[in-house]
Amino acid sequence: MKEADIAIIGGGPAGLSAAIYAASLGAKVTLIDDGLELGGQLIKQTHKFFGSEKQFAGIRGIEIAKKMIEDIKGHDNIEVIANATVTGYYEDEVITIVQGVNGDILKKLKANRIILTTGASENMLPFVNNDLPGVYGAGAVQTLMNLYGVVPGNNILMIGAGNIGLIVSYQLLQAGIKVAAIVEALPRIGGYLVHASKIRRLGVPIYTSHTLKEVYGTDCVEKAVISKINQNFEFIPGTEKELEVDTICLAVGLSPLSDLLWQAGCQMKYVPQLCGYVALRDDNMKTTKEKIYIAGDVAGIEEASSAMLEGQIAGLNAAVSLGYECDNYKEQDKKLKVELKELRDNPLSEEIKIGIEKALIREGRD
Amino acid sequence: MRIKEHPILEFSLGKKIKFTFDGKEMEGYEGEPVAASLVAAGIKVLSKSIKYHRPRGFFCAIGKCSSCLMKVNGIPNIRTCVTKLEEGMKVEIQKGKGDFN
Repeated sequence: MKEADIAIIGGGPAGLSAAIYAASLGAKVTLIDDGLELGGQLIKQTHKFFGSEKQFAGIRGIEIAKKMIEDIKGHDNIEVIANATVTGYYEDEVITIVQGVNGDILKKLKANRIILTTGASENMLPFVNNDLPGVYGAGAVQTLMNLYGVVPGNNILMIGAGNIGLIVSYQLLQAGIKVAAIVEALPRIGGYLVHASKIRRLGVPIYTSHTLKEVYGTDCVEKAVISKINQNFEFIPGTEKELEVDTICLAVGLSPLSDLLWQAGCQMKYVPQLCGYVALRDDNMKTTKEKIYIAGDVAGIEEASSAMLEGQIAGLNAAVSLGYECDNYKEQDKKLKVELKELRDNPLSEEIKIGIEKALIREGRD
Repeated sequence: MRIKEHPILEFSLGKKIKFTFDGKEMEGYEGEPVAASLVAAGIKVLSKSIKYHRPRGFFCAIGKCSSCLMKVNGIPNIRTCVTKLEEGMKVEIQKGKGDFN
């Protein structure tokens, strides 16, 4: 059985940040990731980041990922197990890892601490024929187009005008792909208006209070029917519109990928503002299980800048709890927490702040 | 289809290689996901649902949804969205839950 001080599950922004921070304090880290490449969603993000300057504001996601992956590779005490899935949690912090194209390599790892940074999975939307080829998750569209340079479709209908829907629409237009329209069930655009304006200027209509009713096609999407909806989200008859599109891109939200936390017996709570079930945690990102920490979208759907900060907080505190020394720990810890607080100090993070209050354990705080 | 020009990105594609899809010779780039090569070649249907045989295509791209499970080099249920393309790979649409024949 392999051993490590800290096992980090998931190599996106939160996991990479946690690994770098913990390893810099001397902890022996094993980072497990299921992608073909490290970096999670960051490696698909061609837009420049907002948020805190210390968390790479003004830099494109792909550049941030490149830098962090280089840092990881430069560390002697970080082992990366790539293209591998953690399939189970056992007592005493033992995890099982399945690796290999055919899933034929099984590894066991015992760690003194686990930081879970598994991220999120995309939500599905119920509509007629939603299993037809040509219906993609927004993450898949980004993977095809931004990582591999493959055109996902020729005429796209985007479902969801949150930040992901808006940003991916813009990325599609940048890649020279037609976006027929963006449909949003809520009466208003959820994402940043600066993104929405850019898209509107390029002539893409955004239909609020509309949803996708059905798609048609023999072996793939050939046509979509959208409809206006009332405030109870019911179709308004007679408002249907037919669109000749070959691709549906679903950007209808994310849910925390928390299976391992359930299995480990962490105390979980449904927090709508964090988009699903999340583990209760203290401000060090430690769950109700003494040895398990969380960071990033699995702790509540937010964005990459806050995921990186949470990762650093978890990495620092997990390492220090194992006896690794950090010069001026109190100051470093406080600095990260203040930065995270400042990052959330804007009107768009109001819901997130309410959610985090609900998931926070206050016991033992000074 | 491939993106020919992009204002921000440059794609560092691997070596151009040959593989087969249901016996037909295809081209793709070494190291990209098998499913991405297929989508680029215009293949939309990657599998059939087990019970009603409905067509299934590329969906999640992260090895979670099972929509792209295919038979690769004789082994069924390979997640082609997280499997790298190699020279001479034999990729097939599998029947039902898959077999080793």
